[in-house]
Amino acid sequence: MKAELYLTDHQQQELRQAIQDGLPLTAQPYRTLATALGVSEVAVMQTLAQWMEDGLIKRFGLVVKHHALGYRSNAMVVWDVPDHLVDQVGELLSRADAVTLCYQRPRKLPQWRYNLFTMIHGKSRSMVMEQLADLITTHQLDGIPRDVLFSYRLFKQCGGHYSGRSRSVGLGKVDLSCRNSAVSGQDNVQVAYG
Amino acid sequence: MDNIDKQLVNRLQDGFPVTERPFLAIAEEFGLEESDVMQRVQTLLDDGILSRFGPMFQAERLGGGLTLAAMKVAPEDYEKVVEQVNAFPEVAHNYQREHELNMWFVLATETPEGIEDTIQRMEAITGYQVYNMPKQEEFYVGLRFEL
Repeated sequence: MKAELYLTDHQQQELRQAIQDGLPLTAQPYRTLATALGVSEVAVMQTLAQWMEDGLIKRFGLVVKHHALGYRSNAMVVWDVPDHLVDQVGELLSRADAVTLCYQRPRKLPQWRYNLFTMIHGKSRSMVMEQLADLITTHQLDGIPRDVLFSYRLFKQCGGHYSGRSRSVGLGKVDLSCRNSAVSGQDNVQVAYG
Repeated sequence: MDNIDKQLVNRLQDGFPVTERPFLAIAEEFGLEESDVMQRVQTLLDDGILSRFGPMFQAERLGGGLTLAAMKVAPEDYEKVVEQVNAFPEVAHNYQREHELNMWFVLATETPEGIEDTIQRMEAITGYQVYNMPKQEEFYVGLRFEL
C-alpha cells in the first residue's frame, strides 16, 4: 500500500491550503488534517517533512509578534558594500545576534546606493543603535557607508493574500500572515520579507 | 505570560515536531500535560502574542512574486498615496521610514510577472515612481526572539 504514503499534486495543494493559516490545535493535528482531506496521517507527515527538507517550508513552529513582546523599534540598516565583498559582509552580518534579516538587493542609482539590507529589532531606538554600534566595532565595518531607516508608522501589516486562491497553484497566503488588519501606529511585521 | 509560556515560546520558535502526538512530545520535554501545552499555545494566539502557529512557506518556491518596493512621496501627498497604495491587495506591511525614500512596502503576487504589472498600475494611479528592490541573495538568519 505504498501509494498511501504519498499525496497527489491535488492533495498537496489541498494540504497547503489547509495549513496556510496555521496548524489545527488538536492533540493529533496531522491526523485532523488527514481526516479532513481524506488521506492518511503518515502521508500528511511525510509531505510536511519533505516540504521542510526541500525548503518550501522555511520555518515550522510558531512566529511571535515581536511588537507584543516589547520589540517596538525596528530599523532597516542598509549598507553600500563593494560588490566583491557583499557575500562576505552578508555572511558576517547574518550571523550577528542583533540582525533579524539580511538580504542583498539591487542599488537604484542615483536615488539609492545601498545593496545590503539588514533588519535590527530592539525594545527601543537606543537599544537598536547600541546593537548597531557594537556590530560595527566588532566587525570593523566603519568604512562601509550605511544608513539607518527607523520606521515610525505602519500603515498596513496585512497582505500577501494571493487573490486567486482556487487557481491551480493553490498559493493562498504565504509568509505574510496577518490577524489584525486594522492598523494604526507601528506594529509588528511578519519578519520574512522576500 | 508566565515563565513556562516564555520557555515554551522559545522552544517552539525552533520548530514543532512532526510526530503523531507533537504536543505530547513538547509536554514531555517540559514535564507538563499535553492538554496544558495546547491550552497555552491557544492562549498565546488569542492574546496576540503569536501571529502564527504552523508553517511559513518560502514564497518564491510557491511560484509567486515577492519584492520590497519603495517610493519617494512628498509629505503633502503622503496620506493620499498611502491610501492608494494600500488599496492594492498585493501590498503587505507598508512602513513609513525616515529617508527620502519614505514609503516601504512588500509586494506579493500570484506570479513573478505580477510584480511588474502591479508596479505599473501603482505608478499610473499615484503618479510616483516605484523602486523595485527584489532580493538577489538571502543570507540566512535563524530568526528568533529570546524571551
